[in-house]
Amino acid sequence: MTVQTERPPSGPVDVTKRDESGPARPRPRAAFRAGALTPYLLLLPACAATVLLLGWPLVKDVLLSFQNLNMAQLIQHVTEWNGVDNYKEVLTGEDFWRVTLRSILFTAVNVALIMVAGALVGLLLARLGKRMRVLLLVGLVLAWAMPVVAATTVYQWLFAQRFGVVNWVLDRLGWHSMADYSWTSSQMSTFFVVTVLIVWMSIPFVAINLYAATTTIPSELYEAASLDGAGGWKSFTTVTLPFLRPFLYATTFLEIIWVFKAFVQVFTINGGGPDRLTEILPVYAYIEGVGNQHYGMGAAIAVLTILILLGLTAYYLRIVLKQEEDEL
Amino acid sequence: MKRSLFGRLWPNVTAVVLFIGFVFPVYWMFSTAFKPTGDIISENPVWFPTDITFEHFKKATGVDHFWTYVTNSLIVTLCAVGLSLAVALAGSFALARMRFKGRRGFVIGFMVAQMAPWEVMIIAMYMIVRDASMLNSLVPLTVFYMMMILPFTILTLRGFVAAVPRELEEAAMVDGCGRAQAFRKVILPLLAPGLMSTSLFGFITAWNEFPLVLVLNKEAEAQTLPLWLSSFQTAFGNDWGATMAASSLFAVPILILFVFLQRKAVSGLTAGAVKG
Repeated sequence: MTVQTERPPSGPVDVTKRDESGPARPRPRAAFRAGALTPYLLLLPACAATVLLLGWPLVKDVLLSFQNLNMAQLIQHVTEWNGVDNYKEVLTGEDFWRVTLRSILFTAVNVALIMVAGALVGLLLARLGKRMRVLLLVGLVLAWAMPVVAATTVYQWLFAQRFGVVNWVLDRLGWHSMADYSWTSSQMSTFFVVTVLIVWMSIPFVAINLYAATTTIPSELYEAASLDGAGGWKSFTTVTLPFLRPFLYATTFLEIIWVFKAFVQVFTINGGGPDRLTEILPVYAYIEGVGNQHYGMGAAIAVLTILILLGLTAYYLRIVLKQEEDEL
Repeated sequence: MKRSLFGRLWPNVTAVVLFIGFVFPVYWMFSTAFKPTGDIISENPVWFPTDITFEHFKKATGVDHFWTYVTNSLIVTLCAVGLSLAVALAGSFALARMRFKGRRGFVIGFMVAQMAPWEVMIIAMYMIVRDASMLNSLVPLTVFYMMMILPFTILTLRGFVAAVPRELEEAAMVDGCGRAQAFRKVILPLLAPGLMSTSLFGFITAWNEFPLVLVLNKEAEAQTLPLWLSSFQTAFGNDWGATMAASSLFAVPILILFVFLQRKAVSGLTAGAVKG
């Protein structure tokens, strides 16, 4: 997932949910000639690439986090180990905790908005007539497809201080102090723009997939519910919601992971500014490490962030794997 | 059960409002790109451009190195997708068709790799590439992009390989094909649509990648389109016409690919959801 990745454009995990071919069955003799080693040989290039290109950077990141590595050491190519000093400095400093708290709040607000709005739009899609549904789907797919960097540029233009549409509309609605408002001048307004951008580009994934999931609910279930005297709301809570629950869990976690590492949106809208007040963890690691050239410190922040993400990922995979235990 | 007029009306009204909300930023990007500058910087927005100009596109593509960025982006993206397809095809065949010890472990491993936090690993990747004296080169970009899309490619192709009926392959082997030949002659042609959509998703991911190239390649000769786009404002100040023309040029290939592919993304999901 890409997605991207950045964020991959779709939820690839879901694609893996295809049916596995049935239980093993007797195979023609030719298959045995292939030898027991063949599957491992076929997987070798992929595994080698993963170890080299994913495993090594991870290990390197951990190694760097135990080094005193600033501009001077970088230029002279010297390795100065300094034990857990970086971690001590990061974990005892105020900044890290402030940024972590900010990241958590930022993620919580965004994911809550995405999931609630996405689910509502998805249910709306299920309720619409065919023509209106296609119309709304076209809009959603366009927003979904917008490349992140292009979308951030467009949002900067929408929220531009001069000639930006948003300020013009607010002014017209009677909020005249917004006529020349600079959205990037304060922490909250920058976060507001980033949140609108992220929610806008994330709703389509949730809504379209949720709609697709509702189409698989057997209509017999609704008939049975209405025979039992269930009204609209009752059949929603007793049929629709339980059916969609596993899907909602998995999607929520996917969104948490994606929003938590939303580097591109935050970085390109305002570079973590003003005054570094909108830095979330990945941006903080980048600015501390690459921007301020405290590479060791940056690596330590990165390791801590990766640990948080690993925890989230493990939980997410547990949800997904439980659903397809028998398919693996 | 007949719904009241209001009950029938509100979903449609909401749908139209939402449609406008989702489409407007995309529309505004294109319309700004085609509007004369006078209409862009006007006190009241010009909602529907009447005069159309290509001046902004000329300016955007006239930037120094523009064609270098285009070529770089294409080289890096296509090589990354090609490499990952080749590597993934072998692996996904093993995962979909063979029974062996640790298969489940491999699948879970790739699922974890798919969630790799690339955005946070850029410092380590920078140091690795620098120590290899490969900064400002397209090679590290290509191999790292290959890795970014590899897990997705393997897992998706595995589904497509599994969907090819085993009987076809067996029939070919009964007819005297070796397993490799059966793969080449029977499975590969049937995999074409799968290969196509998988590679296009990989293409989109690699085409959009921003943080890594930002850190690795500081020289214009080795940069790609996302960097060009994000630096456009710094270079052009408030020339929104040219900036939006640049965004449009960057987004159009992806918008086309995606609209074309979206159906497949959803059907992949429903295939899994049927189980409930």
